[in-house]
Amino acid sequence: MNALAKPETGGILALAIIIAILPFLLPNSYYLDVANRVGINAIVCVGLNLLIGYAGQISLGHAGFFALGAYFSGILVSNHGWPPLVAMLTGALFVGLLSYVIARPIMKLRGHYLAMGTLGMGIVISIVLNQEGELTGGPDGMSVDGFSAFGWEPGNEQVWYWMIGGLLLVAVWLALNLINSPVGRALRSVHGSEVAASVAGVDVAHYKVLIFVVSAVFASIAGSLFAHSSGFLTPSEGDFFHSIELVTMVVLGGMASVFGAVVGAALLTTLPQLLTVFHDYEMLVFGAALIITLIFMRRGLVPTLLSAFKRRKK
Amino acid sequence: MLAELLQFLFSGITVGAIYALVGLGFAIIYNASHVINFAQGEFVMLGGMGTVFFIGLGLPMPIAILLAIVLTVIVGLGLEKFAVEPARDAPIVTLIIITIGASIFFRGAAQVVWDRNIHSVPAFSGNDPIMIGGASILPQSLWIIGSTVVIVVALHLFFNRTMMGKAIIATSHNPLAAKLMGINTRIVLLLSFGLSALLGASAGILIAPISLTYTGVGIMLGLKGFCAAVLGGLGKPMGAIAGGLIVGISEVMTAGYISSAYKDAVAFIIILAVLFLMPNGLFGGRGTERV
Repeated sequence: MNALAKPETGGILALAIIIAILPFLLPNSYYLDVANRVGINAIVCVGLNLLIGYAGQISLGHAGFFALGAYFSGILVSNHGWPPLVAMLTGALFVGLLSYVIARPIMKLRGHYLAMGTLGMGIVISIVLNQEGELTGGPDGMSVDGFSAFGWEPGNEQVWYWMIGGLLLVAVWLALNLINSPVGRALRSVHGSEVAASVAGVDVAHYKVLIFVVSAVFASIAGSLFAHSSGFLTPSEGDFFHSIELVTMVVLGGMASVFGAVVGAALLTTLPQLLTVFHDYEMLVFGAALIITLIFMRRGLVPTLLSAFKRRKK
Repeated sequence: MLAELLQFLFSGITVGAIYALVGLGFAIIYNASHVINFAQGEFVMLGGMGTVFFIGLGLPMPIAILLAIVLTVIVGLGLEKFAVEPARDAPIVTLIIITIGASIFFRGAAQVVWDRNIHSVPAFSGNDPIMIGGASILPQSLWIIGSTVVIVVALHLFFNRTMMGKAIIATSHNPLAAKLMGINTRIVLLLSFGLSALLGASAGILIAPISLTYTGVGIMLGLKGFCAAVLGGLGKPMGAIAGGLIVGISEVMTAGYISSAYKDAVAFIIILAVLFLMPNGLFGGRGTERV
C-alpha cells in the first residue's frame, strides 16, 4: 500500500491508467488530436520542470528548442528524405549541443539575467525561422511528411495517441528517476542556495548546465513528434508566447512536481479549446485565471491540492 | 554618405529614447520590489490606445493625452494592489508569471473594450520634416527626444531631492532597514508601479504618431525595453537610458546598412553577447548572493 502512495509507483500507475482509459471517453478524433497535443506539451513541461521546479532556473526560450526539433525533423525528412528517426535524433543532438554552448556562459548568471538570456535566444531562433523562408517556408509554414521507423508508421490519431502516451510515461519515469538520484539532490541544493551548495561540494555550474541540456533535449524530441503528428509547422511554435505558455503550464501545475507539469499541460492545452465559445473573451479569461490561481495557490495546483488532501487525512 | 549616417542616427535616437523610457519603468519596479514586470509593454499599449479612445470621444488632444496617462497609472496601481501585493512573499518565478498573466489580461481587456484594428494618432505639431545637415528629422522625433530628456531630469530630481524619492531608493537597497527607519514600503511599492505606468504610457503616446498603435503594440516594445534595462545593469536608471539608446541606434544602423529582415533580432543578439562577456550588464556591479 505504501508503495502505491509513492510517485514512482502509484503516480506512474495512475497516469498509465488515465492514458489507457481516456481514448474510450473521447467522442471523436478531434478530441484525440487535442489529447495528443496535451501529451506533447506534457513531455516538454516534464523536462522544463526539472529546470524551473528542481534547479530553480527560469527559461523563457524553451519554445525555441521545441521549434528547432520540429524544424529539424520537418526539413531533413520532407526536403532531404532522411529517415524520420535519424532526423529526430540529429535534431536532438544539435539542440543538445546548442543548449550546451549557450548554457556554459548563461548558467554562470543568476535569476533575471538567465531569464533574459534564454528569452533572447528564443526570440532570435523564432526570427530566424520566420526570415529563412527558403529553408523553413517562412511565416506561411511548411508541411511535414509522416513518421516512420523500421517500416512501421502510425497511420491515424489513434496510433499517435498510444505512441505519445507511451513516450510521456517514459519521460515521467526518467524525470522521477533523475530527481531521486544524487543529481536530483544536488539540483535541489542548488535551488536552495547556490553558495551553500558549492560549499557542500556540489559543482553548481555543472549541474545547472546538465539539467538545462536535458530539458532542451526533451523539448526537441517533443518538437519532432509534433512536426510528424500534426503534419504542418509554423514559426509560431517557437515564438515568445509559446515559451511563456510552457513556463505557465509548469508553474500553474506545480513547480517541483513531475505530475504537476503533466496536469498544467493538460489544463492549459484544453482550456483554450473550451474558451473558443467565448472567443472574444479568451485572452481576458486566460490572463485572469492565471493571476487568480497563482495568488491563491502559489505552489501550483498539484502540490497545493496534495498537501490539503494530506492535511485532511490527518 | 554623412547625411545618411546622420539620418540613421536621428531615427536611432528617437526609437532609443522610447526603449529608454520603457527600460526605466522596468528598472524602477525592479528596484522597489525585485519583480520583473512583464506587463510594462501593456502600459505602452494603454497609453497609445487610450489616447486614440479619448480623441475619438471628441476631446482635444492634450486632454486626451492626460486622461490616457491617468488611465494607465490607475491600471498600474491596480496591478500592484490586486495582483502583486497579495502574492508579495511568493517566489520570484511566480511573481513574474503573475505579471505575464496581467499583461495577457490587459491585452485581452483592450481587445474587448476597444478593438483589434490599427489606429493612427496625429503628430503633436505637424508632419513637415526639419532639415539638419542633409538629413531630415520629424517634429515628433524632437518631441520624443525633448520629452525623454525632461522626464529623465525630473526623475533624477525626484530620486535625489524629494523625501519620497529617497524612500524608494532606500527601500531598493534594504527593505527591512527602510521599514525600520519608518518608511512605508507598501506605499513605495505602489508608487513605483504608478511611476512605471506613467513612463510606459508616455512612451506609448510619444511613439504612436510615428509607429501607429494597436492592442499588440506593447509586446515587442516591452521586450526591447527589458533588453535596454538588462543591458544597462538591472535596476540602474541611467544604465537603462544608455541601454535604450544603444539598442535603438544599433537597430536602425543594422536595418540601414545590413538587412532590415533581422532588425528585431539586434536587441536580443546584443544582449546575448553582453551577457556572455559581461554577466551583470554594461554598468552592473558584481553580484553577491546572501545565503
